[in-house]
Amino acid sequence: MQPEDLLPDNQPAYVASWIYVFGVLTIASFVMLIATGLVLTLEGPAWWHISSVGHFWNSMHLWSVELFFVFMVVHLWGKFWMAAWRGKRTATWVTGVIAFMASIVTALTGYLIQTNFDSQWIATEAKDGFNAMGIGAFFNTLNTGQAILLHVALLPLAVGIIVVWHILLVRRKGVVPPIDNDATIEGGAF
Amino acid sequence: MVMKVDPSKKWSGPVRSYDIIKEGVIAVVVVALLAAGLSLFFSSPDEKAVTLKSWALTNAPDFVQTATGELAGTTTSAGYGAPYNNAAKGPTLGPLKLQDWAGVRIPVDPATSFVTEPLAILNDPAANDAVTAWKEASADQQGKWATAYADALGKATDAVSVADTANAFGPVPEMVSALLVMAKTGALDGALTTSDTPLPTDFTKPLLFLADSEGYFGELAAAQHLGGDQWGVMNETGSWPGQSWLWLFSLWYQVEPFKSSGNADTLVMTLMGLLTLCLALFPIFPFIRKLPYKIPIHRLIWKKWYARKL
Repeated sequence: MQPEDLLPDNQPAYVASWIYVFGVLTIASFVMLIATGLVLTLEGPAWWHISSVGHFWNSMHLWSVELFFVFMVVHLWGKFWMAAWRGKRTATWVTGVIAFMASIVTALTGYLIQTNFDSQWIATEAKDGFNAMGIGAFFNTLNTGQAILLHVALLPLAVGIIVVWHILLVRRKGVVPPIDNDATIEGGAF
Repeated sequence: MVMKVDPSKKWSGPVRSYDIIKEGVIAVVVVALLAAGLSLFFSSPDEKAVTLKSWALTNAPDFVQTATGELAGTTTSAGYGAPYNNAAKGPTLGPLKLQDWAGVRIPVDPATSFVTEPLAILNDPAANDAVTAWKEASADQQGKWATAYADALGKATDAVSVADTANAFGPVPEMVSALLVMAKTGALDGALTTSDTPLPTDFTKPLLFLADSEGYFGELAAAQHLGGDQWGVMNETGSWPGQSWLWLFSLWYQVEPFKSSGNADTLVMTLMGLLTLCLALFPIFPFIRKLPYKIPIHRLIWKKWYARKL
């Protein structure tokens, strides 16, 4: 990959639609989640219960995740209707789906560590799903300490790596061109 | 003129100027302003956590009934199975014993973990003697005592104790009453969270005990529209949006055959796993991969491009 692929100063002329905004908005929301999450780490998990400043940053974190998923879902549907896997871009699509799933698990651990009634209820409900698959023996939703460490360290790192991988694939393969003719249908995924 | 496009080749057609740094900075500023605005206007919910103490103080009859159920082995936790105990075989998917494959990795015996162990550290001779009598009895005798007392409590309305006129309850009333006193002081919360380590971060035991409650924990959740039949985990307390991205997961629990299945968790988790795999494999599914061509939403997305070509 060339440097100009990573930091291009031009784009194909067809990259001119509002739908393209949602990919970068998803990344921007992820940046906000990391930033607000880092602020919340400064005073510990109980801070936001006892401080209006802490509560504000918790609200910022909550609304950032709501925006993150709205943007991500619109981005995903946009890419579906663009058949964005064309031209050997299957890996780009798959990494996007993996990022989506990893984000859902990360968000769940975030809800588990609120240390309030909502987190208690979600923990007791979610345990049955994980236990039913045998996963609960290793990921115990009732273990707040485990959920905190997963949410603050391991899972954001995993999501970050997958997102970077996804972006590098987009930059390397370029933005999928418009559906123009039958040849592109047959050209398809492979 | 129609321009033929090979999507696998590097684009060599017309371009427009683009500043990826500028776009990224603007996006972060927009999201920051949106999040700040939403935070200032709507804040975020924070329904206070409940405890064994708040349960005992708010609904003592339910606490006593549940604690007796733990001794009788009739609660959800007592009959759960892996990963907590061997009380039951977990749900299966055909020949696959999914819940049992990892075994008991988080040992919890409710009668011992929730009742007798906490009472053993209580400085109450009567309660200690009751625990000793309980431990010296056979499992069959323990079951008869606890079941008889549970039945008696069930027949009495909002009772926290029932007189043992037929001498059928053994040490159970003394144990449960002492546990209620312990819970009301907050000592039971401490006992359950510190039973494995003095500095607790794991709330498995008190949460399992709370979740066994039929008249407190579940009712609080239902009042916050968090029940399993109310779209459960995708909701948030109050009127805030929750994990709406779990809507499909929650949906299955609202419809048959999952709704009435005793194996719903396994079925829903398996189904969601398969659907996720399908989503990842959209590019190779013959029908789905051609949907974007058959339903031309792309004509809207690339409206300017198609107009330009004409």
